[in-house]
This record gives sequence, structure tokens and C-alpha cells, in this order.
Amino acid sequence: MNDLSKRIHGSARQIEADILRSRKPSLELPVRSLQNVHYNPAKGFFSLGRKRKARTLTVGTVKTFAQTLKMIATSKSLVDTQEIATKREMYYISKNWGEARFLEQDESDTIMDDVEAFFLVNREQLGFVPEEKGGDVAGRLVILDRDPSTGKTLRIDCTKFGSGAYSVPISVEDLGFETSARFILAVETAGMFQRLVKHRFWDKHRCILISLGGVPTRACRRFIRRLSDRCKIPVYAFMDGDPYGYCNIYRTLKVGSGNAAHINEYFCVPRTTFLGVTPQDIVDYDLPTHPLKEVDVKRARDALKNDPFIRRHPPWQKALEQILKMGVRAEQQAFAAHGLNHVLEVYLPEKLKAPARFLP
Amino acid sequence: MTAKAKKANRSGRSSLRRPDLKAPEPAIPEAPEPVDRPEPAEIAGAVPKPAGKRPRGRAAPPGPPPAPPRQREISISEFFTKNRHLLGFDNPRRALLATVKEAVDNSLDACEEARILPAVSVKIRQEAEDRFRVVVSDNGPGIARAQIPKIFGKLLYGSKFHALKQTRGQQGIGISAAGMYGQITTGKPVVVTSSTRPGKPAYSCEIQMDTQKNEPIVLKGGEVAWNDGGTGTRVEVVLEGRYQKGRHSIDSYLQLAALANPHVEIRYLPPGAAEPILFPRLVAQLPPEPREIKPHPYGVELGVLKGMLKAAKGQRLSGFLSRSFSRVSPRTAADIVSRARLDKEARCHLLRSEDVERLYAAVAETRLMAPPTDCLSPIGEEVILKSLRGQVQADFYAARTRRPCVYRGNPFLVEAGLAYGGALPADSLVTLHRFANRVPLLFQQSACAMTEAVLGIDWRPYGLSQSRGALPAGPALILVHVASVWVPFTSESKEAVADYEVIVKEIRLALQECGRQLGLHVRRQKKEAEASRKRSYIEKYIPFIGEAMQEILGMSDPKRAELESRLSDLLERSRK
Repeated sequence: MNDLSKRIHGSARQIEADILRSRKPSLELPVRSLQNVHYNPAKGFFSLGRKRKARTLTVGTVKTFAQTLKMIATSKSLVDTQEIATKREMYYISKNWGEARFLEQDESDTIMDDVEAFFLVNREQLGFVPEEKGGDVAGRLVILDRDPSTGKTLRIDCTKFGSGAYSVPISVEDLGFETSARFILAVETAGMFQRLVKHRFWDKHRCILISLGGVPTRACRRFIRRLSDRCKIPVYAFMDGDPYGYCNIYRTLKVGSGNAAHINEYFCVPRTTFLGVTPQDIVDYDLPTHPLKEVDVKRARDALKNDPFIRRHPPWQKALEQILKMGVRAEQQAFAAHGLNHVLEVYLPEKLKAPARFLP
Repeated sequence: MTAKAKKANRSGRSSLRRPDLKAPEPAIPEAPEPVDRPEPAEIAGAVPKPAGKRPRGRAAPPGPPPAPPRQREISISEFFTKNRHLLGFDNPRRALLATVKEAVDNSLDACEEARILPAVSVKIRQEAEDRFRVVVSDNGPGIARAQIPKIFGKLLYGSKFHALKQTRGQQGIGISAAGMYGQITTGKPVVVTSSTRPGKPAYSCEIQMDTQKNEPIVLKGGEVAWNDGGTGTRVEVVLEGRYQKGRHSIDSYLQLAALANPHVEIRYLPPGAAEPILFPRLVAQLPPEPREIKPHPYGVELGVLKGMLKAAKGQRLSGFLSRSFSRVSPRTAADIVSRARLDKEARCHLLRSEDVERLYAAVAETRLMAPPTDCLSPIGEEVILKSLRGQVQADFYAARTRRPCVYRGNPFLVEAGLAYGGALPADSLVTLHRFANRVPLLFQQSACAMTEAVLGIDWRPYGLSQSRGALPAGPALILVHVASVWVPFTSESKEAVADYEVIVKEIRLALQECGRQLGLHVRRQKKEAEASRKRSYIEKYIPFIGEAMQEILGMSDPKRAELESRLSDLLERSRK
């Protein structure tokens, strides 16, 4: 029995003791909302506050309570047998639970988040692995991995994928890196990534390109984090110029997610700075725009009010206020209006001349 | 029917002397009057037209001039044919129902007056496509031989119209109208058999009407055996009709009659049926006997007052007042007279028109006690509950009898009953059963004060749903009973009660009192359902907690069972 397995056992003992003493058992969970998230720029990531809520077993919560315990039991057996299950597989395992089964994967994911937070571990430690892969990598990087069957070290050269790319695996903890790159460019969309790869942007600018594909997965964040830590190179983020790109994608990459704040320490990249598209870029490069959607406005206002990261960084507050004032947003691809390769020939080189001016 | 015999003595003569009071119906300028009565002595105490009989207007010109000479005799059949809709005989279907209804009402009135627990039998036989024979018999006291022809062969012959007393019949039209309708449509006479002396043979006769003169003609009369050797009356009418089931059917009429009269046993043989339907007696006690009262001055209209004064020939004013009205003592009478600046010794019939008007005004200004209300005979809460339980399969019953009240000088009281749940249909509007003096009202529901009162209540707090301006919906049945010495019907077919504000208010209060009980019940029911839902919810999921605990801790089955039972106790107790 490993440590986590012992902790699970201990919690169950506690619940048993409560019941036998005719006390309602309860699970104490940290409150998982931005209100209970702290941001310390010195540490560089979101961390969980002290607020906790007790999920007491009552008539109203008996179903969720039963499901939570069943999932904990499943996790314990995964841990004990060193087995893994994806989130989707966990959802299907529950189909054996009769009336307590999950009807949608959303339900089981939520409970998984609860269990994760309850034990203050990440779900990989519980034996649950994510479905989605990490992201795509191209450029001046050699990855040291092992052959799963022989255990022999494999050298994967990320310059040799042609028009394709290296795909970040689910678990990145044991990877090694060799690089001569000066920086990592994290790109929001696969389309932009394609364009940069096609024109060997990484070669000309001595960098590593990583496609995030929207909000970066944990594996992707962990990969970038380890890479930048090991090789001591900065990370520049190139996102759409809208509140979603700023507050969700970039912020999650940099300081972690509010929802899983207990594990952000490992799943964020504090070294990241924001290259663009900034609100000022929209003006400076005369980009075609779309009006801000109502959700964008709401998101920006909410971030200004509640997001500890934004509230800690006046430049970001200025940027959000500016985009709210402009009332428009611009996508990465908007540079195509000035010519397909304007972005890699003009915009990026100009911006890369002054990384110090990137948003924090 | 027997009741009429006893009460009949007042009707005819007095009317002759007070021509302005005679006509009860709107369209009978020359309604033929009963010509003669054997006992003329009674009339001194004759009660005039009941106070406040109808909200609309007086029947006669107030002035003293003698009745104008009859210009032309209008035959009663002509009158009847013209006015049959007023009496409920407007189509063959309703005629059949009205015939049954009049005969049953009469039987019940007669039995109750003689303090006999009524047992009524109704048989309907279809004799041709549109011809039916209705036979109604009762165990009442029977009718004296001499009275039979007049009661059944003469329109507007009866005692009830002139008596202020809670009875089913009021006007002396019903049963003779049924007979006349039968005669007009089929030519068949009414056959009446009555036994007044137990153990002796009964008297039976066939009665035809002289529709020109409104006089009965006895065709055949003779003694016959009476089935069980007791007393009773049996009426047979053959008429053109149509038999139909449904909401306005004879079947539902009798069922409702049984509901409002659980002391009655009704045996009903519908057309074509082999076995009779029995509505058994549910309570073995007669309702308290209603008492007859004198009119209350507040309910008397000016014209009626004039007529009464005229009729009280030779009487002194003060004495007349205290003798003729309820709640007028000699002292109150003196009060009224002096307020009217009249002489209390004045001769009534000599008062001038303006004197009478002052007297009328003085009555209105004088504070009078409300009329006695112990003259009414409610069904009673207990009996309503018993009756509802006997007839309606439901989960919850409520009943309320209000204290008597007065409208226009007439005492009345309201009762309401309510049944909820059980076999009642949940997804339709509630059923409203209306009763006036224990008689079911089947038609003109929307014109009735009872309906108005139901619609005026917000039923949602009581657990029923209701759309704006509609009857509430839900598995409920509502019963409303208005009892009065004079029920103010909106028309002579007696199907809807007029919307006197105080009557509507009383109905509303009675219903709301039932409604509140219903609300409590519905809420309690909901709470219980919720609790049991929770219990089953708990029981559904606890095994999974036990299972998970067993998997994690590797506990034994008995230990797991104990844990589960502890846990369900724990949650049961908390109920939260």
C-alpha cells in the first residue's frame, strides 16, 4: 500500500467511525472557486486558499456521497494494482453501479475533481489519466524518451517532423531535453502553428514552437514547464486578442486554473509572458476586428473584479480596460489581411525585438 | 304528495280576497284561481305572499281599486304550452326529468312532514320510441281521497307557496304540471293510488284535467290493495319524453338527491333495466323538522304591505303588525306606528296610500331583530360527511354548516362539502354539486350564486389549480347547499339561485372553511409523499456507500450490514 492508498483507507475509517457513533460523516473539500484562490507573484502560480466546505452526508447528498465513495474505492484499487483509467473509462466503470451510476461524463468528472481536491493530489496520482493529449511541438528541440518495450533511450529530434509535429504525451515527468533554442513560442491555434512550421519559423528565430489548441491541457502545461525550467528559456504566448485568450488561455498557462488550484504548482508556467495579440497591437497593426461578444465583456469585467492574477498586474488591467473600451476583438489569423506571411515576416519579428515590453 | 293535502287548506280562498297577491308567476295575468275551499275559517292567519319572494318586482298593482273584470278566459293548457320552459318542460328530455323530480320532491316533502323516514321508488318504462311511463311511489302518510283530484289535477294548487317554510316544493305547480304535460302529449290521465290507513285498501283513481277550467275530472275511482299494507302514495304519469344518460340525467338527479338526502332510500329502475339501482339509506335519522315562520317586515315590499293591510279588514294597525310579522312585538309595533305618525288604533284597510308609504318607510327605519333562524333544517356537517363518504370514493372529506343568516327578511343558511383525491379524476375541473333545500340543481350552473361563489375564491392556496375566471381543477368534488324558507331562484324552473350579496358571501365563507381544511390536508399529503420519497431515496443509495466502504476497508458482510443500517437510521432521523 502506498501513501495515497493509506490516506484513502484512513478517510474511510473516519467515515466509518462517524457512522458508528451516529454522527453524520462528512468530507471536507477545499472551495474550488476564484474566491478561494490566491496569487503570489513571487511563487508565480495560483494556490488554494484555506476556505473549505464540508460535504456532509444528508438525504439530499446521499447519492453524490455514495458516488464519491465509490470513486474513491475505484481509485484505491487502481492505485493498489498500479492500473490506470481515463476519465471516460471511469465514467463507464460507473455503469456497474446500478442506481448510483453516472448518466453523463460531466457528473463523473466533477466528482473526480472533488476527489482530487479532497486528497490534494492530481488525478494521475489517483490512477486517472486524461483523455486528451498535450499539444504539438516543432523546432530546435531533442526529446529524450524511452522505448516502452526495451527501455532504451530514444532521441526525438523535433526538427525532423517535416510538416508534422511531435505530440506531447500524457505523462511527461520522465522526459529529458536538449536544445539550443532561445525561447519557446506557445501558439493558441493549430492553424497559426501550421503556418509557422511550414515556413520554418523556428529555424530562423532559434525557437521551439508549441501549439496549445485552446486552453492548454495539464500535460501540455507540465511539458512546457519542465522544458522551460530545465533549459532555462523563456516562454512567449501568442494568442487571439480577446478576453478569452487573455483570461482563460494565457492565464491558465501562466498561473494555472482556478478549478484545480491545489495542483497548479506543477501545472503552470510562471516564466511565460504575453507577446500578443494585445489590444494595442490591434491598433498598431490596424487589424480587422469583430465586435466583442456579450460573454467576452462579461468575462473581462469579471476578471477585472475577481481574478487574483489580473488584479495583481496593472498592465493587464489596462489591457482589459482598453479592449473593453474598444469593444472589439481580433484573432491571430487577422494578420492575413495584410498578406499571408505578414505575421511571420513583420509582426512576430518586430515584437520579438523587445520581449521586455510583453505583458506579464 | 300528502303534504299538500294537509297544507292545501290555505291556498285558494285567501287569494280571492287579495287579488294583488294571487299570481306567483310572471306571465299569468289571468291565472285561474282555485275557486272554493271547504274550510274558509283559516284565512285570518293566512300568510300572504312570502316576503321578498323574488328580487324582481311585485306581482300586482299596489292600488286599492277592485280587480278589473276578466276580459277573456285563457285556458290553462294554453298558458302551460306557452310557459312550459319556465317550468322545466321545454323539451322531451327535460320533461321526463322534471316529472321524476317533481314527484320525488313531493314524496320527500310529504314523508318528512309526517316524520316518516322516506323510501321512494322510481320506475321508468319506455312504452314507445318517445313515450314513457313514470311511476313514483313512497311510504308517506298518503293523501285523503278528497284531496287527490285537486292536488294532481289542478295547477297552482298547493300549500307551500303561502307558507314560509323550508320545503322542496314552493309553488304548487310541479306535479300537476307534469300530469298536464303527460295529458297534452299522450292523452293519458294521471293515475294516483294512495293508502292513508294501514291495513285497509288503498284508493286509486285516474285523473284528467279540464284544461279550460283548470279543474280535475275523476275518470275512475275505486279501492285497490296496497302492496305492503302500510301507507303511501303512488303516481303514474305517461308522457312524451326522451331518456338519456349523462350529467343532466334522471340517474344523476337521483344520485344527487340521495347525496343531499342520505336519510332517504331510493330504488330506481331505469328504462330497460332488469334490476333496480338502490341508493341505500345512510343515516337513519330524519332531519330536524323545519318550522313555519311569519314574514319578517324587512322582506315585505310596499305593494305586498298594502295588500296585507287591505286584507286585514277591521284589524287595528298595531295589533296587525305584531300579529302578522315575526320580530314585531306590541312595543315595536307602537314604535313603528308612531314613527310613521299614524294612530295605532287605526283600521288597517282604511289607511290611505301615503299612510302606507310612511308606514313602509318607518319599518325600514326601525331596528328589528333578525327573523328567527331555527326554522331551518340543515343537512348537517356530520351527515354531509357521511353521505360523501358513502357515495364518493376520496381520500379527504370536509363539510361546513354555516350559522343561519338573513337576506331580505328571509332566513337562510349555507352548507358546503368537499371531497378530494381517491378515485376523483385529477386532471379535470372540479365537479360542483348544487342543492337548494336539498334538491339537486342540474341546470344553469353558470347563472347560479353558488357557482359565482366558487369562482370568486382563489383555490390555489388550498391545493387545487385554477385558471383565471374558471372553476378550480383537480381531484375534487364540491357540494353547496342553500336552505331557506324561500330560496331566491332566478327563474321558476328553480335551477339557479339569485346572487344576493349576503348569500354569495355565506357560500364563499363555507367553501373557504372547507378549503382551508383541504389545504392542510394537501400540504400534509405532500409532506408525507416527500418524506417517503426521501426514504426510498436513502434506501436506494445507502447500499452503494456500504459497498464502497467494504471495498476500501475490506470489512465483513455483517459489519457492512450494520454500517448500512446505522446509516439509514441516522438519515431517517434527520430527514434533511
